[in-house]
Amino acid sequence: MATSGLSRRAFQGLAAGAALAAPFVRGAHAAGKLSMGFWDHWVPGANQATTDLVNAWAAKEKVDVQIDYITSQGNKNRLTIAAEAQAKAGHDIMALPSWEPADKAKLLEPLDELMGPLIEQNGAVDPTVAYLGKADGHWICVPATVGSQIKGPCSRIDLLKQHASVDIQAIYPAGSPPKAEGWTMDAYLKAAQACHKAGFPFGIGIGGTADSVDSAGAIFSSFGAVLVDGGGNITVKSDPVRQALDYYKQLTAVMPPDIAAWDDASNNKWLVSGKGASIMNPPSAWAVAKRDAPQIAEQLWTHGMPAGPKGRYAPFVPYFWGVWSFSRNKSAAKSLLMHLSQASSVEKMVAASGGYDLPSFAKLTTFKTWAEEGPPKGTLYHYPNPHNHQVLSMAGAPAPPKIAVQIYTQAIMTKMVARHAQGEAMEKTLNWAASELEGFMRT
Amino acid sequence: MADIAVPRAGTAVGAGGRASLHRLMQRKSTIAFLMALPLILVISLLVAYPAFYSIYLATLNKSMERFVGLGNFSFLFGRETFWLVVKQSCIFAITAVIFKALIGFVVAHFVHNIPAKGQRKWRGMLLVPWVIPPAMSTLAWLWLFDPSYSAFNWILAIFGIDPVPWTGNAHWARFAVILVNIWVGAPFFMIMYLAALKSVPEQLYEAAAIDGATWWQRIWYVTLPMMRNIIAITALFSLIVTFANFDIVRVLTAGGPLDYTHIFATWAFRVGIESGDIPLGASVSLFMVPILAVAAWFILRDINQRGNEA
Repeated sequence: MATSGLSRRAFQGLAAGAALAAPFVRGAHAAGKLSMGFWDHWVPGANQATTDLVNAWAAKEKVDVQIDYITSQGNKNRLTIAAEAQAKAGHDIMALPSWEPADKAKLLEPLDELMGPLIEQNGAVDPTVAYLGKADGHWICVPATVGSQIKGPCSRIDLLKQHASVDIQAIYPAGSPPKAEGWTMDAYLKAAQACHKAGFPFGIGIGGTADSVDSAGAIFSSFGAVLVDGGGNITVKSDPVRQALDYYKQLTAVMPPDIAAWDDASNNKWLVSGKGASIMNPPSAWAVAKRDAPQIAEQLWTHGMPAGPKGRYAPFVPYFWGVWSFSRNKSAAKSLLMHLSQASSVEKMVAASGGYDLPSFAKLTTFKTWAEEGPPKGTLYHYPNPHNHQVLSMAGAPAPPKIAVQIYTQAIMTKMVARHAQGEAMEKTLNWAASELEGFMRT
Repeated sequence: MADIAVPRAGTAVGAGGRASLHRLMQRKSTIAFLMALPLILVISLLVAYPAFYSIYLATLNKSMERFVGLGNFSFLFGRETFWLVVKQSCIFAITAVIFKALIGFVVAHFVHNIPAKGQRKWRGMLLVPWVIPPAMSTLAWLWLFDPSYSAFNWILAIFGIDPVPWTGNAHWARFAVILVNIWVGAPFFMIMYLAALKSVPEQLYEAAAIDGATWWQRIWYVTLPMMRNIIAITALFSLIVTFANFDIVRVLTAGGPLDYTHIFATWAFRVGIESGDIPLGASVSLFMVPILAVAAWFILRDINQRGNEA
């Protein structure tokens, strides 16, 4: 019987020696794999900037990356987030719509170590970003540039000037701070009434979709109208809420009769059709007009919100990037988020989206894209709130996020507006709202 | 001897076992079961597991950390919006099923009376609404009902009629979602009733004609009794599908205005996925089960009784 001259012990020794002596070879994907579920952008080609940034980072860090762009059409992104949270498996990084971080807080990796340096480097973030992106005092996500937006007014320069004697470009001059002291809720109402009389009504939806709810949130905030306070107490039966509803009743009286049925496309269509003088929306309506109705796009100006008795509030909808706690490559995920949040990366994303995407950091609101986009040139200059003259607000705040998300998604504010505008007595509307809000207190 | 007898007995048992297994495998019911097994497994995985999982979810608190038994259901019973949804789901499903059955019955008669040569074309064309995925066809309806640019309103305007707020007014919005559901579902009734009509023996009509029966008497005493089981089964099936509808309402009105078109599935999605309360959403969707179970029990009992009488 032939026997090997190599004993088992000798073989083990040789093998261990060979392993120790082998040179370290850094493979193409030595730092492992990383998968991410990003929001699928409306703007054609905008995803490419993110893809390029991720690929550049992956090549440098030797990470094998997989990007899935998930649409928000039909809430597919939210369904994916819910499924991954249930299964505790899926992507490493997820793009999270505004309310998702609070809802999935226990499944998200704390990111204080990223946000500290980022705030130091890029400037402070708005309190609304902290309200949505922090849990128990810790950052659980990073504000994403892609998808974040302010839904302020976009108005027709010519119609406002002609019918309401409002020179919106003088109030919000391109390249200069706003001169908006006189741009108040009363002035806005008067302009809406004048344009309605001339046959070009303002169009703000009071339906159940996000655009309607966001507008209502900002208008309520400017009256100090809060449905549930930060402590979770129902405060809907208050004078500021009554004032906001009365104001809205006057406003809806001079708007198209079908605004209760508007969805997120209706306001865009209203403006692009040439029938409307003003809407509240990010620059997507202007971008569509630039393509489909250039003569209307040339007359559109994106500007700030009117101020109410309690301040000037703009509807703000931030997106976030979060790292699941069950991610298998957290260090790479954090490194990528740091890379995507650098000013140079953010500027590329803003440019690729034609100015639609908004960074949440104070020092990143003056990129040349917003100053130069047109026609008319400078129409987007005030879109990112570069002079901080508005408070960025989220409908449903300051209620604890788990209550506020229900106020938001169940469109309690716009339903109150619609009920009261359709003739329901004020106290009956408030009682209905209080009853709904009681139902949101479940834990 | 005993040492030898034991293995013999074991062999006899083994041979007997193999024989009975062989007989079992040769039985038609066993073969049928084995052939259906892959489907049973798929259904268990895709239907039974999610169904039991949703029952489990419905017993948890909002943060899904605590067992609350029937607490979610008792919470729902105290909510005004929930009862609005119950009422609307019943209005939606019952109205739609009645009209689908009526339209299906009438159209089936028309098609049945078309000469055989051209009947196939009509059958094919009339099935189109049922064949198109409802999410897509509802999009077309959404454009027809668009709040600002409705094609229907454009036609009404030609005749000097004021625009109708198809999706902006509660009653019109309910009308719109029911109309679309009828449009999508009526062809299913039509094809089922047509099949039933074709199976009614012609001799029965001839006998009725000899007895001097009128058109109405032929329908009432011959056609309807012969179609009763098909009508009952079709109505039950459609009731279940219509109660569980999601796509038409979601695309057309998203439950608005003011929640006046929400039905169980759309409200469950709003509460469960969009508002982050999955246990409550599961409870809303499970509320359909007892309603449909009661309806199914009555209808199937009726069919069984008729079967026994026959």
